[in-house]
Amino acid sequence: MKIGLALLVAAVLVLHHDIWNWKDASLVFGFLPVGLAYHVGYSLLASGTMAILVKYAWPKNLDDDDEVAA
Amino acid sequence: MIPAIIVFAYLAVVLYIGIFAFRKGSTGSGSGEDFFVASRKLGPMVFLLSIFGTNMTAVAILGSSGFAYQRGIGVYALMASSSGIVIPLTLWLIGTRLWSLGKKHGHITQVQFLRDRWESGGIGTFIAIVTALMLVPYIIIGVMGGGSTLETISGGLVPYAVGGAIVAITVVAYVFFGGMRGTAWVNTFQTVLFLAFGVTAFTLIAKSVGGFPATMQAISEGPQSFLLTRERMPAEEFFSYMFIPLSAVMFPHIAIMCMTAEKVTHFKRTVVLYPICILLIWLPSVYLGVVASKVIPGLSPSEANDVIIRLLSQNTSPILAGVLGAGIMACVMASDSQILALSTVFTEDLFAYYGGRKKFGPKAEVWAGRTFIVLIGLVSYVIALALKEKANIFELAIRFAFSGFAALAPVMLAALFWKRSTKWGALAATLWVVGCVFANWHLTNISDAIAPKPPKRPAASAMRGGPAAGGGPAVQRGPQAGAPGAPDAQPGGTPQVTGDGPTPAPSVLETAQGGAPGGAPEGMRPAGPGAGGPGGPGAGGPGGPGGKKKPPTQVRIFPQLGDMFLRGPVNVTIFGFLPVFPMVVGSALLMLLVSLITPPPSKATIDKYFSK
Repeated sequence: MKIGLALLVAAVLVLHHDIWNWKDASLVFGFLPVGLAYHVGYSLLASGTMAILVKYAWPKNLDDDDEVAA
Repeated sequence: MIPAIIVFAYLAVVLYIGIFAFRKGSTGSGSGEDFFVASRKLGPMVFLLSIFGTNMTAVAILGSSGFAYQRGIGVYALMASSSGIVIPLTLWLIGTRLWSLGKKHGHITQVQFLRDRWESGGIGTFIAIVTALMLVPYIIIGVMGGGSTLETISGGLVPYAVGGAIVAITVVAYVFFGGMRGTAWVNTFQTVLFLAFGVTAFTLIAKSVGGFPATMQAISEGPQSFLLTRERMPAEEFFSYMFIPLSAVMFPHIAIMCMTAEKVTHFKRTVVLYPICILLIWLPSVYLGVVASKVIPGLSPSEANDVIIRLLSQNTSPILAGVLGAGIMACVMASDSQILALSTVFTEDLFAYYGGRKKFGPKAEVWAGRTFIVLIGLVSYVIALALKEKANIFELAIRFAFSGFAALAPVMLAALFWKRSTKWGALAATLWVVGCVFANWHLTNISDAIAPKPPKRPAASAMRGGPAAGGGPAVQRGPQAGAPGAPDAQPGGTPQVTGDGPTPAPSVLETAQGGAPGGAPEGMRPAGPGAGGPGGPGAGGPGGPGGKKKPPTQVRIFPQLGDMFLRGPVNVTIFGFLPVFPMVVGSALLMLLVSLITPPPSKATIDKYFSK
C-alpha cells in the first residue's frame, strides 16, 4: 500500500511537467488555453491525491495524540 | 476617491477584528501560549483559511497577473499548481508532526523543536537568527505593497509613504492587541474576501470586455500568441520552480500556524482543500493578466504589476473597484502573521531561552513579544521607504527568503524522520544555505554590469492614459515595480548563452530586447517573453516593439567555467537552473553525509522523538 501511494505521489509530481502542452496554443471550450486547462485539472488532481493520502496514509498515531489532548 | 474610502473602511474592520480578539483573549490565561499560538484552539475552518491566507501575499493577485501579462499562462503552472501539490504534501508530512510534537512538548516555534532534537542551544540560535533574517524582507513586502496599492487605488491622493504608514500601523495594531487569535481571524476574513475577489473580478471583467472567447481568440491569432503557451519558458526554470514551495512549511509563520490547530484532524480538510483555494485565487489572476495583454497593451513590467487594478478601474464602477481593491489589500496585508512570527522567534527563541522568562516571568514574555511587534513594524516601514526605488518586493521576497527556506526543508525532514541525523549535519546544511544566499547575492552583484539590458520603451501610461482604480492617473509604483519581465531564454526553453565573459559585450546588449530588470528574483524570474519571437511582452510589452533581433540572452559570468554560472537580465542561474535547485540538493546531501560521519544523537533524544 505504502509503495503504491509513494508511486502515486511520484506520478503526480511528474505529471506537473506536461511537456506535450508546451507549445500548444489551442483553446479548450473556446476560451481556456490548453496549457492552463491542463493545470486547472492538475490542481483538482492534487486535491484528489491529498484526499487519497488522508484516507489511506494518515498517521494514526497522531490521531491518538488528538484523543489524549482532548 | 471612493475606492480609497472603501479600502479605509476595510482597514477599520480588520482593526476591529484584532481588538475584538484581544478582548476575547484577555479573558483567557494571558500566557505566551495564548498570545503566540491562540492556546492551540483554532477550529478547522479558521485553521484552513488562516494558514492559506497567510501564505498569500501581494504575489498572489498583483504579482501573478502582472507576471502573466508578460509571460502568459505558464505562470499558473510555474507557481500555482506546483504549490498546490507541494505545500499540502509538506503540511501533511511536516505540519502534522510539528503540531503533535508541539502539543506534547510545549513547543511554539520550530526552533524550540530543533534545539531539543539536536541537543544544541547554539545551533537552535543560529537557525533562529537565519530564519528571522530571511523573514524580514517578507515583512517589508507588506508595507511596500500596502503603500503602493493605496497610492494606486486613491489615484495618487494617498502618497506611498502615507499609505505604507497606514498599513503598517493597522497591521501592527491588530497583531499587537490580538496576537495569534487576532491574526488568524483577520487572515480568515481576508481569505474569504480575496476568494470572493477572484470570482467577482473574473465575472465583471468578462462582461465588460465582451466575453473571454473573443479576446482569447484575438490573442491566439496575434503576435502575442506565445502568451497562451510556455514556448518561451525554459524547462530548467520550470523544473526549478517545483522546489520553491518547499519553503512554505519552513517559514516560521507557517510552522507556528501549524501549532495553532485544536486537533490534528484539522489538517485533513486543509491539505485537501488547499489546492482548490489556490486554484480559486490564481486562475482568475493569471487569466486576467493574459486578457489584459490584449485589453491594455504596452505596459512596462513595472506598470504591469498594476494591471489588475487598471482592468478593474476601466471595467467596473468605482464602488466595485473599491471593494475589489479591499480584496487586493487583503493579499497585500498578509504580512501580519510574519510580523507575529518574527516577534515569536525573538521572544521564545532568544529572549525567553536566554533567561528572559526566568528573570521577568511569563507576563513579561507577552509584553516582550508586543514590544518586538512594534519595533519590527517600525523598522520595516523605514526600510520600505528607504528601498522604495532600489528594490522590488519580489526580489526581496524570493532571493532572500523563498530559496533559503526551501533549502532548509531537508533539515526539518531529517529531524522528523531520520533518527541518525545529527546536529552537525543540520549545522552543515544551514551553513550551506547561508553561504548560497550570500554567493547568489555576490554573483548577482558582480554580474550586474554584464546583465543583458532591456530596451527603452514607450511608457504605457503615456500610450494608454492608464487610469488607476478610481479614475485617477496611473501611478508609477516603486517597490512592486518591475518584478516580472526579464526574458533570458530562447524559444524552446534552452537558454542561449553568450560566452563573452564579464565585459559588457555589445552584441549582448544589442540583442537584449527583454523586460525590465526590475529585480525579479530567482524564484520569480521571468525567462521567456521577448525571446526571439515577435514582440512579446518582454520585448516591449504586448503589442510593443521587439522581436526582430535576437532576444536577451544569458551571459557567462566566468567564461572559463562554461555554462556553470550564467547571468540573465535579472539573476544568476547554475547550468540554467535557478539557485534553489542546487541549494536544496546540496542541503540534503550535506545533512546526509555529515550526519553519517558524526556521532548519533543520544538514546534519550531518539526515544523522546521516535518512540511510538
